[in-house]
Formats: sequence, structure tokens, C-alpha cells
Amino acid sequence: MSELTLTVMRLGFLAVLWLFVIVAVQVIRSDLFGTRVTQRASRRAETGTRPPQQRQQAQATQRQQQPPQNNRARRGAPTKLVVAEGSLAGTTVALQGQTITLGRAHDSTIVLDDDYASSRHARIYPDRDGQWIVEDLGSTNGTYMDRNRLTTPTPIPLGAPIRIGKTVIELRK
Amino acid sequence: MSVISNTTTITSVGAPSRRNTELALLVFAVVIPVFAYANVGLAINGKLPSGMLSYGLGLTALATVAHLAVRKFAPYADPLLLPLATLLNGMGLVFIWRLDQSQRLIQLAKYEYGSFSPSTPKQLLFSALGVALFVGVLILLKDHRILQRYTYISMVAALVLLILPVFFPPVFGARIWVRIPGVGSLQPGEFAKIILSVFFAGYLMVKRDALALASRRFMGLYLPRGRDLGPILVIWGLSILILVFETDLGTSLLFFGLFVIMLYVATERTSWIVFGLLMSAVGAVGVTTFESQVQGRVNAWLDPFAVFTTGKGSDQVAQALMSFGSGGIFGTGLGQGHSDLIGFAANSDFILATVGEELGLAGLMAFLLIYGLIVERGVRTALAARDPFGKLLAIGLSGAFALQIFVVAGGVMGLIPLTGMTMPFVAAGGSSVIANWALIGILLRISDTARRPAPAPAPSPDAEPTQVVRVQ
Repeated sequence: MSELTLTVMRLGFLAVLWLFVIVAVQVIRSDLFGTRVTQRASRRAETGTRPPQQRQQAQATQRQQQPPQNNRARRGAPTKLVVAEGSLAGTTVALQGQTITLGRAHDSTIVLDDDYASSRHARIYPDRDGQWIVEDLGSTNGTYMDRNRLTTPTPIPLGAPIRIGKTVIELRK
Repeated sequence: MSVISNTTTITSVGAPSRRNTELALLVFAVVIPVFAYANVGLAINGKLPSGMLSYGLGLTALATVAHLAVRKFAPYADPLLLPLATLLNGMGLVFIWRLDQSQRLIQLAKYEYGSFSPSTPKQLLFSALGVALFVGVLILLKDHRILQRYTYISMVAALVLLILPVFFPPVFGARIWVRIPGVGSLQPGEFAKIILSVFFAGYLMVKRDALALASRRFMGLYLPRGRDLGPILVIWGLSILILVFETDLGTSLLFFGLFVIMLYVATERTSWIVFGLLMSAVGAVGVTTFESQVQGRVNAWLDPFAVFTTGKGSDQVAQALMSFGSGGIFGTGLGQGHSDLIGFAANSDFILATVGEELGLAGLMAFLLIYGLIVERGVRTALAARDPFGKLLAIGLSGAFALQIFVVAGGVMGLIPLTGMTMPFVAAGGSSVIANWALIGILLRISDTARRPAPAPAPSPDAEPTQVVRVQ
């Protein structure tokens, strides 16, 4: 057997051995079970009729970090909207410059399952400078930031709780 | 630009069963040793070895049986443990076969015993027995909590297994063997580590509160009360007795180290580790001063090359160190090393030197990582297990496995004095292979219980989507 063949086999064997180790480590990585991120639009289609208690039970306590997708975002600008309390707790929406509508109407971005929310309750949109603004759309029970009921479109500081009925949402980085 | 599809929901999910992942890895784990086998044959004889087909089929059959048993009896078990163990066992067979081909070892055996018998067929038979025991554990042990009922029976059994070798003549200086006429010899320490884990898990689960809570704080450490020191003192005394009467550092270290690890995990008190280290240091130094056999091992460890000048003792450790050295980073290639110079026990206690010489540092590290992954999966199983007994048992089994690897690898590499233990799965030795397959079987059983999705909760009447009628 030629020296060259044996050298190739020797190095090839080490490569295969290490490939096995790396594949095994990859399996461990994919085996970290616990949470799964699903698209809510498709989920609603199949489980839209489930009562809120069950949905809440299915929601994990961990919050998955959404990768920032807006490259133009300034430093310190929020990248996602997080529902912190209420039946939708744990839901996140990536902020990509689109207007987010909140309410019980089915065409809202976040459909609130909340007795105290109006059909078209509020909207959150970026102004020309990229500052996110929350505006109450004439709801019955009002939209609150901290303790104050909003009457005019108001800029949202990072992490300030916006309360609609029993639902609290925040903007986060 | 889509607006709605950015909405995401995070839900908790259970682990999927991962049996197909296991199958894919298992194919990988069978192909690698067959490749190695062909490589050895090409390097030594210049042609593919004649036994290649039967060897490959044998390993495939073992892996298939084990995989089907897991699929049937432990469908949610960890996907990595079985492929890792299969790879180690297969590679072990290749290395043992490689050393069987060595003319030097054949001559040595003929000179010492008058005849030479290859170890590979025996090892293949023991592997088959091991896999049979593995399948047996999966079939018979429906729930690992059954073992909890046998806490004190397993204490007695473990003590018997540990003490039994004292009544048999020492083999090569250490009394760790039991010789059964007509059947062969047995290393009971390998089985004792599993049975001891069962006993320690059952005992500590009951006693952990007393050991953890009743303590005084002193210099940042929680000192246990005097009377709570009882168990650790008893175990320490026993391990010292093993060291004195069996003159085997490995069993003694494994026995005591396992208890300290499980005590620490059960009580979360660092002070136990401090106590354990102090006590084992005192014991080891004390025994070494007046036990000549242990003394010889320690001297061989302190100055392994002295044997070439004084001519006293064995040159095995020195030869092993030179094997590692001549292997370098990428090794000499399978079948092209000279680790057979170690002579006696080259294919059992010292097999790691062959790995180090023929696969080099790169291959040795891969082997150690594979062992590390087995331990990691065991600890992961302990984390995922829901019942305290299962947690402690999984920690105990993986802790014993890790300690054994440390003791053997450390001994061969010259980090600690050499002991008479074998590298799990790789080294030639029936007891070791059989016991470690059983250990993997129990770990798979615990991980199956831990990863099995919880049954759906019964619908509570409050959760029904009824219309709420407000009266007021």
C-alpha cells in the first residue's frame, strides 16, 4: 500500500471522526427543547377558536429575541413590540416601519381578545423621524401610558407600558 | 411589504422523539469503525482484512438490535447516547484487533502463557452480551423508580461485590478480580459502580434535607454537624479499606468520588467537596506510606523513566508516554504505531496509548470529546428528570462514568498514579463492556421518562368556553 494512500486515509479518518463529533454537537444544539416560535397568522387559522385560557397555557414564559431586521434603525430605537400582560402575553411583533393596529377587529395587526378593548382601539406608527407614536382611535375604555389616559398622539419611550384593557404592551430593543 | 405575517407567538413544546436522528447517527457510528478496520488491514497487510464483512455485519446487527429496542421500549430517549456508545465500542474492537495483529504481542503471549489467543472474538462476544443486557434493561426496567425499592439491597450487593475480590488471589498485584472456575474472571468493581449509584441515589434522596440544612456557617462554608459526618466517614473508611486490601487506587477513588459527587448534587453544599478532597488526600497519603504495592505505582508515576536506569518495576507507563509523544498531532496512522511495545495490557488498561499514537492528539481529543458528550447527555438527563431519585441516579451514573475516564486517562497519561481500571467500551475486558452497556441502558430509561411529553391535562370545568352571564 502506497505511503500516499495511507496518509490520505489517516487524515480522512480523523476528518470523519471529527465530523461525527461536530454532527453530535449539532444534534445537542437542535435538541434544546422548550420553546418554539410560530407565525401567529397561520396559527390563528388552525387554533383561532381555542379559548384564551388554553392559549395562555401554551405560551412560554421565555421571550424569544427577534433579530433586528431594519438596517436603517437608529441605535437605541425599538425593534419589537412585546405584549407583556394579558391573554396574548408573550406575543412579539417586529417593528419594520409599518403601522400596527390594535383592537378586536379581525383585520387588526394584534387582535385583542379583551373585553375592555374596542374594535379599532389604537394604532402605533412611526413618524417621519422614525419615532414610534401611539394614538388612541376613539376607544370606549381608553388607552393608557403609565397611568395617564392618552388624548393626543404620543411618542412612546422605550419600555413604557401601554395599557389597553387588561393587555399591556411595550416597545423593546 | 407584508404587515401581518411578522406576528409571532412563542409556545412551549416537548421534545420530539428524535429516533430518526439517532438512526442517522448510528449509521455514521457503524461506518466509521468499518472504515478504520479497512484502514488497519491496508496498513498492516496491504489488503482489505478478510474478516471485514463479518465484522461490519456483526457491528451492524448489534446497532440494529439496540436501535429497534430503543424505538420500541424507550421511544423518547436521548438520541445521542446509543450512537456514541456504539462508535466507542466499534472503535475499541478495531484497536483490539489491531493489537492482535502485532507479532510482538503474539510472541510475548506465547512466551508467558505458552499460547496466544486473539482478544477480538472474545470482545465481540462480550459486546453482544452487553447489548443483550442493554436491551434487557430497556425491556425489564419499565420505570427507573422501581430501583428505589432496592436501595438497601443494592447497598449489600455493592458491598459484597467490592469485598469479594479480597478472597481471590491478586492478579498482577491488584485484587480486583473474581475468578469463577469454568466461566472465567470477572471484575466486580464495574458492576458495583452501577449498584452503588442506585444505593447512593436512594439513600441521599431520603437523607439530603438533614445533610443540607443542619449546618453551621464558618468562614463562608457550611460545616455539617458532627453526627451528619457519619455517612461520609463510613464511606471513606470503606474506600480506605479497599485501597489497603485490594491495593487498587481506581476502585477506591471511584467509590469515594462517586459518593462525594452525589452528596454535593443532593445537598448543594460546597463544603462536602472540600471535605471529600481533604479526606481522600489524607487517605491516599496515609496508605501510600506503608503499602508497598501502592508505593510502587506512585513511584512509577513520579518518575516513569527511572525504570530504564534502575531496571526495577514495569516500563509500561514510560512506553505509554512515548506512544503519546511519537503520535504527535495527527498520529502515525492506524496500524502503523508501535504501542505494542507497552506489552502486557496494551489492549486493555493502556489502549488509550494506541489511540494517542495512531490517531494523534487530534484523534485522542475526538475520543475524549465523545466520552465527554456521553457524560453531558447523562447530566442533561439528570436536569430534565422530574423525580429526585431519577436526577440523582442519572448524576451518579454519569459521574461514575466520568470518574472512571478521568482515572484511566489520567493514569495512562501520567497525570495521576496508574490504576487497574479500563476505558469504558474501548478497552478489552468483558465486565467493563457489559456493565457500561447496562449503564447506558439505565440512562436511556431515565431520559425516556424525562423527555416523554406530559399527558394532556384533563379539561377543567373552569376552562370551558361558556358564555358568562352577568347578573348585575
